[in-house]
Amino acid sequence: MHIVVVTKATPDTGAKITVENGVPTWKEAMVINPWDEYSVTEAVVLKEEHKAKVTIMAVGPAEHDDALKQGLAIGCDEAIRVWDEALVGHDSLQYARALAAAIKKLGDVTLVIFGKEFADSGSNQHIYQTARLLGFQVLGSVSKLISLDFGAGTIKVERSVEQGKQTVSSKLPAVLGVLKDITEPRYPSFIGIRKAAKAQIPVWGLSDLGIEAGTPKATILSYSEPPKREGEVEFIEGESPREIAEKLAEKLLEEKVL
Amino acid sequence: MDFALTEEHKMIRQMVRDFAMKEVYPTIKEWDRRQEMNPEILPRMAELGILGINIPVRYGGQGMDYISLALACEELERVDTTLRVIMSVHMGLNSMALFQWGTEEQKQRFLVPQARGEKYAAFCLTEPNAGSDVAALQATARREGDVYILNGEKMWISLATKAHHFLVIAKTDPHADPPHHGMTAFIVTSDMRGVKTGDIHGKLGVRAGSTGWVVMENVEVPLENRLGEEGEGFYIAMSALDNGRYTVAAGATGLIRACLEDSIKYCHERSTFGKPIAKHQLVQQKIAYMQQWYDAAFLLVMRAGWMKNAGLRNTRETSMAKWYATDMSVQAALEAVQIHGAYGFSDEYDVERYLRNSKGAVIYEGTSEIHQLMQAGYALGLREDRPLRCELPAYDPEYWQAEASEIAVGD
Ligand SMILES: Cc1cc2nc3c(=O)[nH]c(=O)nc-3n(C[C@H](O)[C@H](O)[C@H](O)COP(=O)(O)OP(=O)(O)OC[C@H]3O[C@@H](n4cnc5c(N)ncnc54)[C@H](O)[C@@H]3O)c2cc1C
Repeated sequence: MHIVVVTKATPDTGAKITVENGVPTWKEAMVINPWDEYSVTEAVVLKEEHKAKVTIMAVGPAEHDDALKQGLAIGCDEAIRVWDEALVGHDSLQYARALAAAIKKLGDVTLVIFGKEFADSGSNQHIYQTARLLGFQVLGSVSKLISLDFGAGTIKVERSVEQGKQTVSSKLPAVLGVLKDITEPRYPSFIGIRKAAKAQIPVWGLSDLGIEAGTPKATILSYSEPPKREGEVEFIEGESPREIAEKLAEKLLEEKVL
Repeated sequence: MDFALTEEHKMIRQMVRDFAMKEVYPTIKEWDRRQEMNPEILPRMAELGILGINIPVRYGGQGMDYISLALACEELERVDTTLRVIMSVHMGLNSMALFQWGTEEQKQRFLVPQARGEKYAAFCLTEPNAGSDVAALQATARREGDVYILNGEKMWISLATKAHHFLVIAKTDPHADPPHHGMTAFIVTSDMRGVKTGDIHGKLGVRAGSTGWVVMENVEVPLENRLGEEGEGFYIAMSALDNGRYTVAAGATGLIRACLEDSIKYCHERSTFGKPIAKHQLVQQKIAYMQQWYDAAFLLVMRAGWMKNAGLRNTRETSMAKWYATDMSVQAALEAVQIHGAYGFSDEYDVERYLRNSKGAVIYEGTSEIHQLMQAGYALGLREDRPLRCELPAYDPEYWQAEASEIAVGD
């Protein structure tokens, strides 16, 4: 019973990002990808329920160690970072190849959990690519884990889809992409913090994984800042909260917001 | 010399910051207006281990050091003073005193549940007629066989209506000369017959917290609940204040930071005379001072914490940190309101709450005047600290972090 949860460090969602000479820059610290607060917590909850082992992984340079340590502090058992200079400028398929190889190297993993997407790049294709490379079933947009039976090799989840809540059962091994509804994120515990602060996170390079980097099929050419949004402020006043709410609703309908 | 925080310290700071920002900040104005404590706060702080942060694991705590306690206090007061007040009384004034002075049996009975957050703790020194003049207190404890009978009224007690355990200072010898030799410390529990409590409303600040009174009428307190020896109460109270004041000082740095951060944000947003007010030199001066106060207060607190970790007596250094940090938090709050102009005068912004909350800390745990007298006393050679029968143990990570089951028999 070995679960892998995948994370990365992303700029704080409150960070002021500017683009200088085609390179995005910000001053604020990196944080664990906000979506992963949910997936990591869910992995730790499953660990407690099933006496499973949880390994947290990231693919990338040392700046991702803080996200891995956050995972350890929340309760993951081990952390592994996958990185190799040959991966600089990688695309999502190269990312998925490296990640899948690392998961295979662990040998006994039957469940891999991702947060919905990476908050900085807005991408989630790596989830599907990793599942495909591993040959695992993939279940995206998971809002609830209904049951998990490592012995029988089955999992039942609820997915949030356009049509409503969809209940799906699947065979393990599986890859999950989870939404915020899955659980309430936990803070690190003091004991977890102590463990994380002491942890030396191993770095697995491509030679450890026995794979080649390959060449990216897609390349990022440049970044530019989005055009500044012009906002207008209008105060809606009235005698009572009800009157104000009515005026606001009218206005929202008028502007076709609703 | 090493000014760096460890990775552990930084993660603790972040964890407490996240808790306070996500779970307390969004509704703090509501609770402050209602003059009530959000009932979820104490259980959540217990659950997260904050209520036992620096108590050894073997006594139900989290095994972190004294610096971690200060960092937690700073983050808590960054959001609201009432959160830090909890730490001052539950941890600084009560739990740490039990850890320092308690017998093994008392630690098991009282400290363990407090560190786990199953019981909340308070500290009862002040009375209607005795604040700064501690020796004037009137509460009495009369020994009758294996019990003491306690009578008296304690006033301005933080967590009065929330706490299960009170560390009470009373006079076992009302005629002692000097009077402070006649004081003894007791652990009184809220379920004892004759204990009544209530909250005070209409306070200037810390409105989202509990501050109240504790009345004791012929309360029978068993001998096992006496902390330390008869006549040691004054020393126990003063050593407890060395720890309480440390948390107050750390919290006040958080309040200065709150003033600074909010002022920086506002002075970029507000424009007068065609430019953001951040561009006016007189506004800049206020920001520069706030930064200076923060830096100096933080360093004073860290020095006191470093001394505690090292097991060095720190009464003077802690008093200095408390005096400076709290005085400057009042100054910072005044300047923050000023920078916010009329908006700072309304509760639309947080700075008016900072100002109201800042004023308490220059009164409790030694008024600023008392700290001035102490500092002058040390400087002039009129005052010196004698060793205590029980000193606060130096921080030893191995001892602090060992599980009870890992402790060797006979340890
Ligand atoms: C919000 C809040 C929470 C509190 N929580 C607790 C608690 O949990 N437990 C507890 O025991 N107490 C608590 N207190 C009480 C607090 O510790 C006392 O208020 C404080 O010690 C001052 O005592 P006092 O109010 O009686 O003022 P007084 O001692 O009457 O002082 C009045 C004024 O005279 C000044 N003064 C007094 N003596 C001298 C002197 N020798 N030289 C110069 N100036 C002097 C003082 O500085 C002050 O300005 C709390 C108070 C507040 C406001």
